[in-house]
Amino acid sequence: MELHNNLMFVAASLAILVTMGLALARALMGPTVFDRIAAINMFGTKTVLLIAVLAFISGRMDVLDIALVYALINFIGVVAVLKLVVNGDFHSSPDEENTSSKADRG
Amino acid sequence: MIDIFITVILLAFLAITAVSIVRMTNLFAIIMLFGIFSFLSAAIFVVMDAVDVAFTEAAVGAGISTVLMLATIALTRDHHEKASTSHRPWLPLAVVIVTGAALVYGTLDIPWFGDPEAPAQMHVAPYYIERSVPETGVPNVVTAVLASYRGFDTLGEVIVVFTAGIAVMLLIGGRRRKSNARSNEGEEDDK
Repeated sequence: MELHNNLMFVAASLAILVTMGLALARALMGPTVFDRIAAINMFGTKTVLLIAVLAFISGRMDVLDIALVYALINFIGVVAVLKLVVNGDFHSSPDEENTSSKADRG
Repeated sequence: MIDIFITVILLAFLAITAVSIVRMTNLFAIIMLFGIFSFLSAAIFVVMDAVDVAFTEAAVGAGISTVLMLATIALTRDHHEKASTSHRPWLPLAVVIVTGAALVYGTLDIPWFGDPEAPAQMHVAPYYIERSVPETGVPNVVTAVLASYRGFDTLGEVIVVFTAGIAVMLLIGGRRRKSNARSNEGEEDDK
């Protein structure tokens, strides 16, 4: 039973690595800005999952907290990136004047 | 066993990302790849048991520095220059190769990863390994050293960083930029 659990975790980590490779490929090719943003967001999520699976493989459960913190950082970073792309800077509120710079992205 | 395999794959991704960063010209995409680079190195740190280093790498590398570089691009986007065509990389390449060879030569004398006979493990490390859990109650030794034994040091670092942040905000963050250069900041792409 123990061996089967471990095999499942190994298979899951391999699948996550494949997905990370696909996200990396999209970040490298991705024609538009939004492809790259989605790719980095997904890459961060896969990092969180990989760390969680590694915690189960190695039996160090305190690493799970790190995975949670990564999820938070990933979320905040993507929000900041999207705010920049929509507003053009970080210090104007979204409803101020963003109508000119919204359309020409990508 | 699976640890080694995952580390090799992550290092391969890291190399691909680094080469792509060097070869790309789209600054926005480069910043996105920097974020991926930070996540990759943080994952490698976790695989190699350096959880605290991984935490710092993710917070600083993927979180703060991505936002800072994006803010820099937002301020300077209209002023970037074309790379000069008369670029001759041979001297820098030779310097980098020689330096890298010297560093690789230096690693030959470094003890193996996790070697208990290494000089770094013989000095104060046994004290921390034996006493940190009963003295502090923190399960991770590195966290115990950083947050408990060197607590005042860490507090001082936090104060320094906090003061620097306040100073930077007072210098550049207080006034709002008049948005006159908004019309021509479309994102150029490298495709």
